[in-house]
Amino acid sequence: MTIFEKMMAIDRRWVFLLLAVVVVGTYAISFQIPIRINSEVRTIYEFVDKLKPGEIVYLGIDYDPSNQAELHPMAYAVMEHCFRKNLRIIFCTLSQYGPGMVDAAIKDITDSLKLDKTYNGIDYKGRELVNGIDYVFLGYKPYYALQILAMGQNFRLPFPIDYYGQPLDSRPMMQGVVNYKQVAVVIDLSGGNITDAWISYGQGRFNFPLALGTTGVMAADYYPYLNSGQVLGLMGGLLGAAQYEKLADNPGPAVDGMRIQVFAHLVIIAFIVLGNIGYFTAKRRRAKEGK
Amino acid sequence: MKRQIPLVLVLIFGLFMVIQYFIPHESSEWIYEYLLDWITIIGVFALVLGIWSLFKVNYDKISQRKPDRGYSLVLLISLFATMFFGFFAKVDGSWGLHFSTADGLQSYMYRHAYEYIIRPIQSTIFSLLAFFIASAAYRAFRARNVLASLLLAAALIVMLRFNPYLGPLGDYISEAANWLLNVPNLAAKRAIVIGIGLGMVATALKVILGIERSYMGKG
Amino acid sequence: MDFETFLWTTFGAFCTLAIFSFLYKDNPFYKFAEHLMVGTATGYFSVLLWHNSLYPNLFAKLADGNWYMLWLNSSAPWYLIPGLLGLLMWTRFSKQYSWMSRWPMALYIGISAGLAIPLEMSNRVNKQLYAMMSDISWGNFFGSGLFDPISGLSQVIILVGAIAALAYFFFSKAHTGAFGGLAKFGIWILMIGFGASFGYTVMARISLFIERVQFLNRSWIQVAFDSSNTNHHSGYIIAFLVVAMAILAYIVREIVAHLKKSENIS
Repeated sequence: MTIFEKMMAIDRRWVFLLLAVVVVGTYAISFQIPIRINSEVRTIYEFVDKLKPGEIVYLGIDYDPSNQAELHPMAYAVMEHCFRKNLRIIFCTLSQYGPGMVDAAIKDITDSLKLDKTYNGIDYKGRELVNGIDYVFLGYKPYYALQILAMGQNFRLPFPIDYYGQPLDSRPMMQGVVNYKQVAVVIDLSGGNITDAWISYGQGRFNFPLALGTTGVMAADYYPYLNSGQVLGLMGGLLGAAQYEKLADNPGPAVDGMRIQVFAHLVIIAFIVLGNIGYFTAKRRRAKEGK
Repeated sequence: MKRQIPLVLVLIFGLFMVIQYFIPHESSEWIYEYLLDWITIIGVFALVLGIWSLFKVNYDKISQRKPDRGYSLVLLISLFATMFFGFFAKVDGSWGLHFSTADGLQSYMYRHAYEYIIRPIQSTIFSLLAFFIASAAYRAFRARNVLASLLLAAALIVMLRFNPYLGPLGDYISEAANWLLNVPNLAAKRAIVIGIGLGMVATALKVILGIERSYMGKG
Repeated sequence: MDFETFLWTTFGAFCTLAIFSFLYKDNPFYKFAEHLMVGTATGYFSVLLWHNSLYPNLFAKLADGNWYMLWLNSSAPWYLIPGLLGLLMWTRFSKQYSWMSRWPMALYIGISAGLAIPLEMSNRVNKQLYAMMSDISWGNFFGSGLFDPISGLSQVIILVGAIAALAYFFFSKAHTGAFGGLAKFGIWILMIGFGASFGYTVMARISLFIERVQFLNRSWIQVAFDSSNTNHHSGYIIAFLVVAMAILAYIVREIVAHLKKSENIS
């Protein structure tokens, strides 16, 4: 057995261990890496940045905790950016384990917004976020495609009351807000088919500006929609989240995670290269013995 | 009767929805809104079926004294405890089970069960995939032929695009990755999107016309 | 973070480590955490279905605030229809009456199919076809460099690539001659697309693990040893140590078992 063949036969748990050591090791060392900005994320940031105070953003938290690693940083960055700009947000989740995350994120951002902060050289005064005035949280409903269509008729059709049990009509922010016509932009963060439904059933039927945040697994699949103008921007995975954090001058877990990604990727690439070397040496040896 | 009525229902409601899209009218809009509302309600009852069958499978495991029944007990206890706390709340100063207000959603135990049980466990189970992809990279991704090499090369460029330690090569790779995603990848995914779209429309047509009937099951 | 919340976090951290132990091998800790999650999550979901769907959209309309009269007093008694149709779904469990569940099912399937036809056709097929046939900028054919995604050359690659990839999926004609060549170019383009997806997927999967490491460190380990926790200061460390010791004990037990096994073999 050659050394390469021995290497191919090792227990996969050593592979696991090596990856874990590299990730934890890089995490323990503090350093920073520059983040390059792509145009597909910049367009979302600039669109949101140009909105006037008081305009309404629909933020769809359409993912479960299984995808929070990539999508939650986006949600935090977008929320902080919107609220600092005095925009109002309609939260909604079409994913069954989403509500708890929205609830927790609203509490976190409420705390963060109480402080005076400076982003991109502009000072923002701290303020108290008020449920019903600065935001509403519609809650959860199953069958996302139907709900996307129903909200296009009237938000009150699928959601007569909000998550906290208050009638939607009693919320000051929802006065005069009927459907997507009163919404400046829909930002959907999702880790599955809900994204497709927002494109076909939402943007396709009601023609509102739609921005997407997706997991890395799906990101490459949505470039055709970017090119056709059906979506205005795309945040793909942790890199997309890190780019938004960078643009909004609000570095968080995504920027922190990208420095670890660099080295974890090198490990994966090394695995691929080693695996291929092993494969080709074994193949050559077999060919020789065949002669 | 058992098979014809569902077929007729599918045809009528399917055609109605198609026509409503092209000719929206005040009266058809009214029916359309009711249908969207009602079909969600009907669907929720279907979801309850899933919850019931989870209960049934685990209840049977316990009653038949199967070897791993301890875990089923954990499952059922946590199921009922969470359900209980989702309704048990303090309204107007008195504790009790409240079904007609949403206060249960804000109750301490219900929120904490989500935050410290569902959230960490669900995300950790999914994060095991990080290790499996590492193992797959080591064992499965081989440049066996031209096509596989093409796939690997594209993957390598996309994986290296945010690496800041490649010097002048880094900018080049970053640009190449951007081009790769926006040009050849776009072309490939566009073909797939069109293909899936056509497939979905064909399937929907087959369902409406009664050619595809697998949703009815046997009997 | 107060001590009570920290105890919850400790439990979350314990569950996280219990799931990770599956990487070594399947074990009771993993199974416990998994079943606990499935039970809690299902309970969570059922409560949500009631508070967010069944109650506001059905029962509130039927009851109109008066539970005892139910629909008799309701201003919208016709909401009994979806309620009854929904109940028919439950006949699935009966051998004799399960055919009745086909009615609500047919309603759902019919409506979904009817909605899908125009919208999927327009948004997945037509709009993509329009975008594909947009003008090619011949004046700027070579663009600003080799990797200019908006140059004419790139646009030609997108157009030909998409047609070629579609040709590859077209199996009604044998892949020979010029058509075969086109289909071959199509599979090359598809492979580059899958490669790009794979590259993105690696990042996605590793993000999941990074987030867990961030959680364990920021919300748990750092809090356990935070000197500003004046109240119950030792409690934080004790809670941390209990979990740490349990894991250590498990590892030691496994090593001992492993050594014993290899002794027996030799």
